[in-house]
Amino acid sequence: MPGKLKVKIVAGRHLPVMDRASDLTDAFVEVKFGNTTFKTDVYLKSLNPQWNSEWFKFEVDDEDLQDEPLQITVLDHDTYSANDAIGKVYIDIDPLLYSEAATVISGWFPIYDTIHGIRGEINVVVKVDLFNDLNRFRQSSCGVKFFCTTSIPKCYRAVIIHGFVEELVVNEDPEYQWIDRIRTPRASNEARQRLISLMSGELQRKIGLKVLEMRGNAVVGYLQCFDLEGESGLVVRAIGTACTLDKLSSPAAFLPACNSPSKEMKESPLVHPPSHGCRSTHNSPIHTATGSRLTQNFSVSVPTLIYTGMGSGSAGKEGGPFKALLRQQTQSALEQREFPFFTLTAFPPGFLVHVGGVVSARSVKLLDRIHNPAFVGIMGNTRSYKLLDWNSFNSDEPETRDAWWAEIRQEIKSHAKALGCHAVVGYSESTSICEEVCILSASGTAAVLNPRFLQDGTVEGCLEQRLEENLPAGCGFCHIPYDELNMPFPAHLTYCYNCRKQKVPDVLFTTIDLPMDAAVIGKGCLIQARLCRLKKKAQAEANATAISNLLPFMEYEVHTQLMNKLKLKGMNALFGLRIQISVGENMLMGLASATGVYLAALPTPGGIQIAGKTPNDGSYEQHISHMQKKINDTIAKNKELYEINPPEICEEIIGSPIPEPRQRSRLLRSQSESSDEVTELDLSHGKKDAFVLEIDDTDAMEDVHSLLTDVPPPSGFYSCNTEIMPGINNWTSEIQMFTSVRVIRLSSLNLTNQALNKNFNDLCENLLKSLYFKLRSMIPCCLCHVNFTVSLPEDELIQVTVTAVAITFDKNQALQTTKTHAEKSLQRASTDNEELLQFPLELCSDSLPSHPFPPAKEHLESASSNSGIPAAQRDKCSSWIELIKLKAQTIRRGSIKTTVTVEKASPVGEGNFRNRSAPPCANSTVGVVRMTPLSFIPGAKITKYLGIINMFFIRETTSLREEGGVSGFLHAFIAEVFAMVRAHVAALGGNAVVSYIMKQCVFMENPNKNQAQCLINVSGDAVVFVRESELEVVSTQQPAATCQPSCTGGEVTT
Amino acid sequence: MTSELDIFVGNTTLIDEDVYRLWLDGYSVSDAVALRVRSGILEQTGATAAVLQSDTMDHYRTFQMLERLLHAPPKLLHQLIFQIPPSRQALLIERYYAFDEAFVREVLGKKLSKGTKKDLDDISTKTGITLKSCRRQFDNFKRVFKVVEEMRGSLVDNIQQHFLLSDRLARDYAAIVFFANNRFETGKKKLQYLSFGDFAFCAELMIQNWTLGAVGEAPTDPDPQADDMDMDLDKEFLQDLKELKVLVADKDLLDLHKSLVCTALRGKLGVFSEMEANFKNLSRGLVNVAAKLTHNKDVRDLFVDLVEKFVEPCRSDHWPLNDVRLFLNQYSASVHSLDGFRHQALWDRYMGTLRGCLLRLCHD
Repeated sequence: MPGKLKVKIVAGRHLPVMDRASDLTDAFVEVKFGNTTFKTDVYLKSLNPQWNSEWFKFEVDDEDLQDEPLQITVLDHDTYSANDAIGKVYIDIDPLLYSEAATVISGWFPIYDTIHGIRGEINVVVKVDLFNDLNRFRQSSCGVKFFCTTSIPKCYRAVIIHGFVEELVVNEDPEYQWIDRIRTPRASNEARQRLISLMSGELQRKIGLKVLEMRGNAVVGYLQCFDLEGESGLVVRAIGTACTLDKLSSPAAFLPACNSPSKEMKESPLVHPPSHGCRSTHNSPIHTATGSRLTQNFSVSVPTLIYTGMGSGSAGKEGGPFKALLRQQTQSALEQREFPFFTLTAFPPGFLVHVGGVVSARSVKLLDRIHNPAFVGIMGNTRSYKLLDWNSFNSDEPETRDAWWAEIRQEIKSHAKALGCHAVVGYSESTSICEEVCILSASGTAAVLNPRFLQDGTVEGCLEQRLEENLPAGCGFCHIPYDELNMPFPAHLTYCYNCRKQKVPDVLFTTIDLPMDAAVIGKGCLIQARLCRLKKKAQAEANATAISNLLPFMEYEVHTQLMNKLKLKGMNALFGLRIQISVGENMLMGLASATGVYLAALPTPGGIQIAGKTPNDGSYEQHISHMQKKINDTIAKNKELYEINPPEICEEIIGSPIPEPRQRSRLLRSQSESSDEVTELDLSHGKKDAFVLEIDDTDAMEDVHSLLTDVPPPSGFYSCNTEIMPGINNWTSEIQMFTSVRVIRLSSLNLTNQALNKNFNDLCENLLKSLYFKLRSMIPCCLCHVNFTVSLPEDELIQVTVTAVAITFDKNQALQTTKTHAEKSLQRASTDNEELLQFPLELCSDSLPSHPFPPAKEHLESASSNSGIPAAQRDKCSSWIELIKLKAQTIRRGSIKTTVTVEKASPVGEGNFRNRSAPPCANSTVGVVRMTPLSFIPGAKITKYLGIINMFFIRETTSLREEGGVSGFLHAFIAEVFAMVRAHVAALGGNAVVSYIMKQCVFMENPNKNQAQCLINVSGDAVVFVRESELEVVSTQQPAATCQPSCTGGEVTT
Repeated sequence: MTSELDIFVGNTTLIDEDVYRLWLDGYSVSDAVALRVRSGILEQTGATAAVLQSDTMDHYRTFQMLERLLHAPPKLLHQLIFQIPPSRQALLIERYYAFDEAFVREVLGKKLSKGTKKDLDDISTKTGITLKSCRRQFDNFKRVFKVVEEMRGSLVDNIQQHFLLSDRLARDYAAIVFFANNRFETGKKKLQYLSFGDFAFCAELMIQNWTLGAVGEAPTDPDPQADDMDMDLDKEFLQDLKELKVLVADKDLLDLHKSLVCTALRGKLGVFSEMEANFKNLSRGLVNVAAKLTHNKDVRDLFVDLVEKFVEPCRSDHWPLNDVRLFLNQYSASVHSLDGFRHQALWDRYMGTLRGCLLRLCHD
């Protein structure tokens, strides 16, 4: 018995009325873990029962502890008929299983019912006593920590980064069992929720085992997804990066893993010539699987792309023995692994050496029908879900899925190799399913890594010493990793504009976050490419073939759009690129989001030129030149807007080549190559200085138009889909995470691609506009980690879901971003270790949280008054004296502000509000829990990670109209999901969720039947954070601490 | 292309004060959008009408979801679904329970019953307040009434505890509840000149002095059958008021009283002669009002009587307010010098309150 789980049911509140006659409820609670169930007494006639139960004790294997959720069911006792369920709470006890995380789960949990939503709350206390188990062959992996965060979590240090771990489990979807015909949808949905909870537990345990095998102790960048394959089952799969992490003793002493960022950076001199753009191999696009069991298994491997920079230019041969040596070393470290993939998007300094470009692979599969009902009988018993692991019944299932993914990963790996890289970072996988067709996608960034983190080895000592010498900070990662003479694709190389020693491509696409030390000019911005393609309705193979034929064109066009928009912004690199292709009955959707930036190391992007097809027409020429002017104006305007003013550099080194008139794009549009042969999809777009758009047909015309219709965000707003916005580093502490969902119905039946594109484009643009409008009170602010997902739930429906966080920043400091680059990159590098940021942040954080919705005016005022002085002085305060002065100011400000806080405390009162018997608002407030998709909380330090939050909910209704239609239904549901996440975090003792992500939001409606259903899957890391202002105040100034109660535990007072 | 579904959910619930006001005022989404457009918000923000529409819908939906909680404000504080900073919660509650002067004047003193609710259409037409807003305000009154009706202890405290209102608003509600419970007539034409504030002022004085709770009997008398402490007038006190009749019935006492008052005020009043001439009428009026209060019907007509018997005579003689004050002070004080009068305490309890009320009622 390696573990004892103890549960105590304390009380309930706000229960629904279950007995109409008395308007009361006779509630009791069932506590279930595994096969054991305990019950509390019935608490008669109360909506706020006080059970105060004994400790229910479950003695269980730690394997079960990992797999099983604790199930708490609240019921209404009924003497004459069956007891009515009020609702349930699932508690994942995983956070209690590792030593550093939470020790107890205790708090109010919303009682959730799939039909009625949240129905009151229940107060539960959960503890686990773990006994040490020395059994080597154990099946559990207790103690392995999981993080959703895709970087090394703050307050940990990476000792070794082991690499890729993946696992998937398959089961039958209870929704599609025959028993579903006789049981209620509610029972069916509850079975689903329970099953998925169980499957994620199991998956996590299995991944944990793999980590232990690799001798790691943690998984970072853990991403778990569900594939609802309908009749063919339910797949839960996860990927992550195994690491060995060390806890930093004091969070205040947090430092980057390595003392000097430059130290570990090594130069990998290049020996090969350039190429460009995207490469895509179109391997025999259809190969029907012929395995003995895979009768139905249909698989299409579609062309895959490698996005990188492009360019041409003189090759400089250099490099040396080190390169070879290093490469060898890294390679050996990586080659031990099947897949040298990393799900991380941000890295310890020195980890990332070079970035090759984006690699992606897609494959179209036909889902197998399952021949079931054989084992449905066992489903009645909950325990049986475990047995249902497909291995034991339908043996090829998980293997099939594994094989599919292995195939794709293999492809990714070979693409990376082609780019001269041994590793893929920022790696992610996704699926899109429509009926029986499934598109599997994987993408990442090919990279060369420093072997130092990859193994315990101490080999590198001397090597590094010598390598570091000529290493410039902030541009190393841009240098091409591939061979200059043997480029994987035509590219356009120049000498690095930063160090002048190495070659760089002229454009760089990546899926990772902007490295901390990257030298950037100006600000970044969100860039999206949006695309729809109609497709005929078809069945099975025909459908899959049609899709796989469309995919390369979509990839190509998405890439073209991205490139055009990037140039239009006057930028030269994309970070956080995420391309999503969704499949529907009669169309395909492509949505690519990325954050554009101007990397100082890369050459200035050339403009966009428009060329007409029919040259001798005067009015046409005029039109063209008019368009050209408009484009040039836009570029100029964008440069101003994003403050892109790179230093003038004499161009003597770079021979700028004459634009080549060849237009690949035209070629491609008209081509109808047989998809059976292997094709190389060359996505080169021409040369640096001449990015020519030829408007020879309406299609291209439309492209140009859409290029110009993207409206920049209103002033005061910035947006990006990465963790931090390049060029802004003076965040204040006000954050607002949100989810917005829109569904549009396409009106006409005879839709064209163009109309479709326009609809989709408008949908996204309008959504963004709405966001800007809604968040206008936060100006100046930045939408970070903007995450768009698109899906096609039905024939004519397009659903777009956006999750992002708005963070305010200090305008005054933003104004002075035109400092020298060196200084700037220094600042940016320090956002993480926070030394420099501390002042501005603490100045604002004590006033802002107390009124998170200040009217814009007031906010602006306070922002400017808070920081006016420090903003001006910040960079100057080099001496200790000045620092002390500044600190004194801070404290004074702190106390002044306190009076404001106190006033605000009784905003409605006329004075004696508080003197009255019960100060109404004071006693009762629910603790505030912050949520953010970022891995950090501005102005605060994360002191503890409490464990992963991974929750799955289903909500259904049979009274859609009564609940306010689809919008009312989903609005309420998402609010409930947030509430449940917050409650779980609070129960763990946390005050925030970082790296929060809504992985799935599947919405289905049937308005005729007045029904709707929605599935939501969210995850994140529960953490405890402390405001920096508090840390500071507590350590330096005791009196000041007493007057800043507003921030305690992240709570908002007043 | 039509938007089927369009929602925005923040981890911290976004609340737009302007939209909240429009919602409270009972405007439909389209009216609210039109009003917002007129406010010039589109020009300020560069947004489009569609954006505004979507934003307004979102807020309206949020408010509808919040409304259920606002019916029992402590629930708003404890609920987990909407993360709202406490200052915002207070604002939501306060605004939700705020009412229109015009509306409250129509309903004040009426029974908060279904019948009255049916008349809301007329009130809406008359006041120009939307029917929806009227309903909300009416339901608020009724809800507060229902909750505190059976409760012991201070009315204002009870309201504040169960509805988390500001002191000011809780006092107003206490007045509304008090008026509704005692059904004071306030709608008569001759009372139209009085504001809600006037009545609320009187209500407070009456609650403080004329109810059971005012005497402080509560702790010693835990009889559950006892009248509601602050809501009902002290029956015994009303009975006793009959004793005051002697002041006007006994001619000697009346003359003595008059001469005491006149002596004291001679030369101090601008309207001395009018006062002297009217003294007996006024005194009779005030004392008769007191003596009649045993009948429910007369209790209801209290304000009508006061205006008829005192305010109007003063007004027709153009008494300045200061003279009224001097007169009333002297009028109440002089009774202490009447040796034959034994109900000094009763007189003070009656007149002390009445004096305050009358002063408040004397204006145009």
